[in-house]
Amino acid sequence: MADLAAAADPRVAAVWAALGTVTDPELDEPVTELGFVERVEVTGQAEVVIDFRLPTYWCAANFAFLMVDDLRAAALALPWVRQVRPRLLDHMYAEEVNRGVAEGRSFKASFGDLASDEELAEVRLKFRHKAFQRRQEAVLRALRQAGWTRDALAALSLAEFDRLSLADPEGAKQKPRYRASLMELGLAAGPADPALVTVTGAALPADLQAYIQTLQSVRINMEFNGALCRGLLAARYRDQADVERAPELIDFLAGRVPPRPAPA
Amino acid sequence: MFKTESGDEIFVIDGHTHLWDGSPDNQRNIHGKQFIDCFYGYHMALSPKEQIWPKDKFEHYGAKTMYQDLFVDGPDDMAILQSTYLKDFYKKGFNTVEQNAEVARMYPDRFILNGSFDPRDGELALDYIHFMKETFDIKGMKLYTAEWKGDSKGWKLNDASAYRCFELCEKLGIKNIHVHKGPTIIPLNKDAFDVHDVDYAATDFQNLNFIVEHCGLPRLDDFCWIAVQESNVYGGLAVALPFIHGRPRYFAEVMANLLAWLGPDKLLFASDYAIWTPRWLVEKFWAFELPDDIKQEYGVDLTREAKIKILGQNAARLYNIDIESQKRKLANETIAVAAE
Repeated sequence: MADLAAAADPRVAAVWAALGTVTDPELDEPVTELGFVERVEVTGQAEVVIDFRLPTYWCAANFAFLMVDDLRAAALALPWVRQVRPRLLDHMYAEEVNRGVAEGRSFKASFGDLASDEELAEVRLKFRHKAFQRRQEAVLRALRQAGWTRDALAALSLAEFDRLSLADPEGAKQKPRYRASLMELGLAAGPADPALVTVTGAALPADLQAYIQTLQSVRINMEFNGALCRGLLAARYRDQADVERAPELIDFLAGRVPPRPAPA
Repeated sequence: MFKTESGDEIFVIDGHTHLWDGSPDNQRNIHGKQFIDCFYGYHMALSPKEQIWPKDKFEHYGAKTMYQDLFVDGPDDMAILQSTYLKDFYKKGFNTVEQNAEVARMYPDRFILNGSFDPRDGELALDYIHFMKETFDIKGMKLYTAEWKGDSKGWKLNDASAYRCFELCEKLGIKNIHVHKGPTIIPLNKDAFDVHDVDYAATDFQNLNFIVEHCGLPRLDDFCWIAVQESNVYGGLAVALPFIHGRPRYFAEVMANLLAWLGPDKLLFASDYAIWTPRWLVEKFWAFELPDDIKQEYGVDLTREAKIKILGQNAARLYNIDIESQKRKLANETIAVAAE
């Protein structure tokens, strides 16, 4: 059960903020907002304990490993933190993931023959590309709605992009996230560089409508998982009456989410 | 039978149903508990509140309840039973062909029974296909390519061992191959549900129909790309359809993609009973209209005719059901059941 006294500790708040930078690679949303981080505790020895729970017992182990490892790194980046113990709970591979992350081993080393051939770094990159595309779709739709043509969009520089404000709420929300993706993937560096390019760095295609539909199909796939995950998490840990709303941080802090699944 | 507001009667074939036993008595281990809990999570996550069942009913509902939910309270005229084994998780299996046969025997005109095989069983898989055809006269198969077995983390439809099974299916007239390509459940390797193997199998077995369950979501684009090239590839709407309640705009986007790429002749209605019940799904689907901006963007519409095809005509064509003569048979059966 989350501890309200601990929530008042500024160190705990700092850890929560740091964990907010970790996203679910498949959903492109912060794990704290998704409700996956259940509890944060800071001991007297500056050791951080993080309880982490996914929507189902079966969630893909490579994603679980990736997120748990990211949580560890995010908390460890705080200068005063000496040790981090992330704990994946109620998962088919909880033990393997927790041990692997604690011992600093790779996903492959932790899972041996069970792991796919794809290394985690490749998986991570694949999902960074998808996040870029999903964010860009929202920005492009918002700009097109505001009357921008394909040619004007292709010519838009990063400096001009930064000065824009978007009326569409989803576009406005995704604009800074899109910019972060653009920089992270090295697709733009200076203020004169084009702000809107494809994920491979090419100019926007001439048929913008078809291009946006390609981006949209990436989003449709991500949203399918996102909606299911949120729903499953809510269903797993909340009363039936409340399933329509996904749990938020406040629910965990207030102890409204039971720490263990209710007995059947 | 679904009756529209104007009094029209729409013939409904539910493309994906189960008679399962997920009860604690049948659970072999923690995996069995977590598996049915996960299904219950889907049920709670996407159902309207008033449609949510108590957990114990969901775990084990029995043949009579199923009949009531599908055909008496629900609008289904017929339903296709899909078999899922999971013998490592459940003592008697989760919903094997034997378990599903219980309800199919009680109401033979209502149900179409499908089996399942695992090509990794080699010769035994071929024997088992013969056994299912002779014992249950199965009409199709439900396949899970992502199921683990020993050291194997899944298989592909274009594996040589799978091709031998398909050759036998073709020979025995088992024409409809339903493939679970959908939300990942067990596998470590997400790509075990990759849809590209459908492309090879569908090209090489033109006499079989491949119904991709859950439309390949979350790989809708890959699925659409394959389905548009293969005349014998269809999409099953199980799991996609319940989004109609909580996220109607999202559902509209998925439908617009499916209609634009596959068209209305290649989509099958399915409740995935007992994860969801068919009544609310059919009612909402019948009342649903694509928003204007989506219609324009994709140049498609979910018309009345398209809905009639999706709700029953398409499945009737795949399973050789003459809707008019089936209606007459069912009218007699209803009287017999009422007289019981």
